[in-house]
Amino acid sequence: MNTKTVQTKTLSEWPLWEVFVRSKQGLEHKHCGSLHASDAQHALQMARDVYTRRQEGVSIWVIPSNHITASHPDDKSEFFDPASDKIYRHPTFYNIPNEVGHM
Amino acid sequence: MYTQSLSIPEGSTNKSTKAIEALEPTDLMTTFNRCIDSDGRIEPQNWMPEAYRKTLVRQISQHAHSEIVGMLPEGNWISRAPSLKRKVILIAKVQDEAGHGLYLYSAAETLGTSRDEMLEALHSGRAKYSSIFNYPTLTWADVGVIGWLVDGAAIMNQIPLCRCSYGPYARAMIRVCKEESFHQRQGYEALLVMMAGTQAQKNMVQNAVNRWWWKCLAMFGPPDEESPNTAQAMRWGIKRISNDDLRQKFVDATVPQAKILGITLPDPDLKWNEDRQHYDFGKIDWDEFWATVNGEGPCNKERLATRVKAWEDGQWVRDAALAYARKQNIQKVAA
Repeated sequence: MNTKTVQTKTLSEWPLWEVFVRSKQGLEHKHCGSLHASDAQHALQMARDVYTRRQEGVSIWVIPSNHITASHPDDKSEFFDPASDKIYRHPTFYNIPNEVGHM
Repeated sequence: MYTQSLSIPEGSTNKSTKAIEALEPTDLMTTFNRCIDSDGRIEPQNWMPEAYRKTLVRQISQHAHSEIVGMLPEGNWISRAPSLKRKVILIAKVQDEAGHGLYLYSAAETLGTSRDEMLEALHSGRAKYSSIFNYPTLTWADVGVIGWLVDGAAIMNQIPLCRCSYGPYARAMIRVCKEESFHQRQGYEALLVMMAGTQAQKNMVQNAVNRWWWKCLAMFGPPDEESPNTAQAMRWGIKRISNDDLRQKFVDATVPQAKILGITLPDPDLKWNEDRQHYDFGKIDWDEFWATVNGEGPCNKERLATRVKAWEDGQWVRDAALAYARKQNIQKVAA
């Protein structure tokens, strides 16, 4: 197909965006997926059409995917381990007499 | 609106997955298998065997293509819907299918393929999509039957995919399944309305059911004994229920619905089997199925041509959006 090169060039220049939706006032924005769009405004409109067709959101954030820095899964043990032996950070670590009731 | 457990090989590379697995590093393979065995989820950044990645890219992209091509048979009826109410319903449904396609393309992209590659594969005819969309929608009743039976079969197939071992695919399927129920109910209700109408309308429903029933049964894919990839897909937690089991579930669920609707399913062998506690049903014409998968269906060429034309006609919109984005960038840099 002679349109092949055109197609590839055009779309590959539409960057990828990550979409975060706040489902209702008072709740946090939550990641819900990604999409391609030419610019930020376009990404917002696309996100509205793709992710909020049934009133799933009252607010949308879009962020260029390449602006996200993620922890590496291979570092999981070292990166998150320091928290695993600190059980005294949890309320259940402490024994309180029953008669104290809810605390 | 996808039903087929497709994952049909495309092109040449169809090496045995065992051979490929043997080449993978043992320690990484052990970690991967442990995750699968404990019903864990694999995420894009995790290591995965190449064969797992390839299988998923093929299945998810075929699934995405099916959603996109799936808009065409019903899209034909948007301008001919019998009332404004039915028209807005149909537009909403077709828009959902586009959305489902986008969720799925995004999920496939997390595996390292690009949108361009996938679209190019579809537009060049190399990629497969669910062959149910290569049959024509002759009457308004066909639109109702697609909702009731085709989307009903899709739901059967997609619910187990919500537990797929690949995280992005599973999450996309959860979103899709939430929306799919509306598709089936609107179709069934449209048929109920027609069945309360004139004899001609009732005949129209019956004829549409006659045309689609066997195609829908075939959509679950070849019988288990002829599905060599099923065992591997199940081992990997991509597939949870076999083709034949899903097909049986679909038949068992549909027979009572057909009775309430007041139509006859076109199968003389369809009857309740007390021993099996399931409905028995007749033989599916697999030659016809494979002919359609391989491009010989009544609408294969038309569907692909319509899809390619839509893409090409939209080129100026994509160009304009890009030109605008570039201009804004230049102004921002200048400011």
